[in-house]
Amino acid sequence: MPTLLIAEHDHKSLKPATLNAVTAAAKLGQPITILVAGHNADAAAKAAASVAGVAEVLHADDAAYVHFLAENMAALIAKLAPNYTHVMAPATSNGKNYLPRAAGLCGCAQVSDIISVESADTFTRPIYAGNAIATVQSKAKIKFITVRGTAFDAAAATGGSAAVKKIDGAGDSGLSKFVGEELSKSERPELTAARIVVSGGRALGSGEVFKKLLEPLADKLNAAIGASRAAVDAGYVPNDYQVGQTGKVVAPDLYIAIGISGAIQHLAGMKDSKVIVAINKDADAPIFQLADYGLIGDLFQIVPELTEKLGK
Amino acid sequence: MKILVTVKRVIDFNVKIRIKPDGSGVETANVKMSMNPFDEIAVEEAVRLKEKNIATETVVVSFGAAQVQDTLRTALAMGIDRAIHVPVDTEIQSLGVAQALKKIIEKEKPDLVIMGKQAIDGDSSQAGPLLAAMLGWGQGTFASKVEVAGGSVKVTREVDGGLETVELKLPAVVTTDLRLNEPRYASLPNIMKAKKKPIETMTVEQLGVNPAPRQVTLKVTEPPKRKGGIKVPDVATLVDKLRNEAKVIP
Ligand SMILES: Cc1cc2nc3c(=O)[nH]c(=O)nc-3n(C[C@H](O)[C@H](O)[C@H](O)COP(=O)(O)OP(=O)(O)OC[C@H]3O[C@@H](n4cnc5c(N)ncnc54)[C@H](O)[C@@H]3O)c2cc1C
Repeated sequence: MPTLLIAEHDHKSLKPATLNAVTAAAKLGQPITILVAGHNADAAAKAAASVAGVAEVLHADDAAYVHFLAENMAALIAKLAPNYTHVMAPATSNGKNYLPRAAGLCGCAQVSDIISVESADTFTRPIYAGNAIATVQSKAKIKFITVRGTAFDAAAATGGSAAVKKIDGAGDSGLSKFVGEELSKSERPELTAARIVVSGGRALGSGEVFKKLLEPLADKLNAAIGASRAAVDAGYVPNDYQVGQTGKVVAPDLYIAIGISGAIQHLAGMKDSKVIVAINKDADAPIFQLADYGLIGDLFQIVPELTEKLGK
Repeated sequence: MKILVTVKRVIDFNVKIRIKPDGSGVETANVKMSMNPFDEIAVEEAVRLKEKNIATETVVVSFGAAQVQDTLRTALAMGIDRAIHVPVDTEIQSLGVAQALKKIIEKEKPDLVIMGKQAIDGDSSQAGPLLAAMLGWGQGTFASKVEVAGGSVKVTREVDGGLETVELKLPAVVTTDLRLNEPRYASLPNIMKAKKKPIETMTVEQLGVNPAPRQVTLKVTEPPKRKGGIKVPDVATLVDKLRNEAKVIP
């Protein structure tokens, strides 16, 4: 029986996390069906059909899915789930919202945030902010699984030619209503998909300074900007910048931590980066214990100098 | 309205955990335990809704061994009215928790359930949505703002792109994110008062649920250790290393 994978998309295109989840699904060695639930989402369904390794695309087009409300999404997923052995979704804020609800509707527990597929029922996943890795075996009749994107390479976005099948939605639950959103606008690469991430901590002192110091550096490197919880709590940057156990998990080629101490909750979100640079005035800051290159000193001098030297 | 909150006793967020030598799990003996930080936020939110006279009664529930009564006392000292303890000596997982909570909720009939968005031990972030699904209620996960008005609740949610606001019909389940509020410390007089507040015991047998784990942990291992690197003396050396050694910048 096939695997059902719930696509993360914006109606026009697939989000990169979907491609990582396809790779995880492929490890099960069974046909992959992608569900695109959206509104006027033909383009996203077409994009899903061209992903390498995808056997079929189900496309439910309904206004109930414009904002991916958990109640509506889960009702549809739960209706389809009995035809599959595995139901997967990227561990994004959407996936983490509707997939466990769909699991609950089917009376199953979810295996959250997997980082490897060991067999059809056995997976590994980080626990305790990534300070331990658990190998878990699921006894659920349908395996609901969210996938940590950084643990799997992205599948090729092209090369596939799956058929797109239109299906009916499951309607509007009437339990919830979208009121509004306040999305951060940025021309920069998406934090979880960027090749380079520049992150700032409490030491930046204010939103103004955060911007003044880190944006030119990120511009030079074509980097995404991240932050510690302390920087977000203090209001320097919006919540979606937070990297860590309870924020986003990133694993770029280069992560530059600036004025961040390296609390375990922060490390949980970035320690799988290929190369880590730490800039901190405290030689004993825990971040230095895992940084490939540490520079001890005052960030207010170092960062402008670094930005300038990178230009050459 | 009546609010029910849930709390879990976990290893304190400041403790560096140790994995048992036989790989069966994480050492919890002689380790500092605390209320899951997200649950503290849930408790605080319920207490504030009561202080604003929006809630008339607040109840806290916890599952686990006898020691979770300490965690329940903390919630009572923060201002929750009464507590329910479901004694479980073995591991209890999210699905078992959700099934048992459903039974408690059918009896208690709260209008709003507030839970943490995840527990910092298992990090699986699913109990809230599992419960909401089983109850057929709406869910507002990762909440950074909760406004109750009339028969509904408006929840501002922290999502990957920023913030999203949804309106849920009551009753509903809300799960808390970090920025919903800053939990208070219980004052000494309130800690004394909490000693007199009632903690009721309900067994899983009474609730008619089987909390046996549906997920078997085969082993727990150390994550791959990252070796620390080198200190560089200045910016010029850093740039040189990134360019010519690590080759991560052009
Ligand atoms: C339940 C829970 C979940 C959490 N989740 C997360 C999470 O997802 N992500 C996260 O990041 N945190 C999280 N935290 C918070 C975490 O524990 C830390 O409090 C936080 O990461 C600290 O942020 P920081 O490093 O910016 O601040 P601090 O720890 O205050 O560090 C600031 C650093 O800046 C350095 N510094 C100061 N001035 C200068 C200067 N002029 N030049 C150079 N360096 C300077 C200091 O030496 C210090 O090391 C969580 C905590 C809890 C309890």
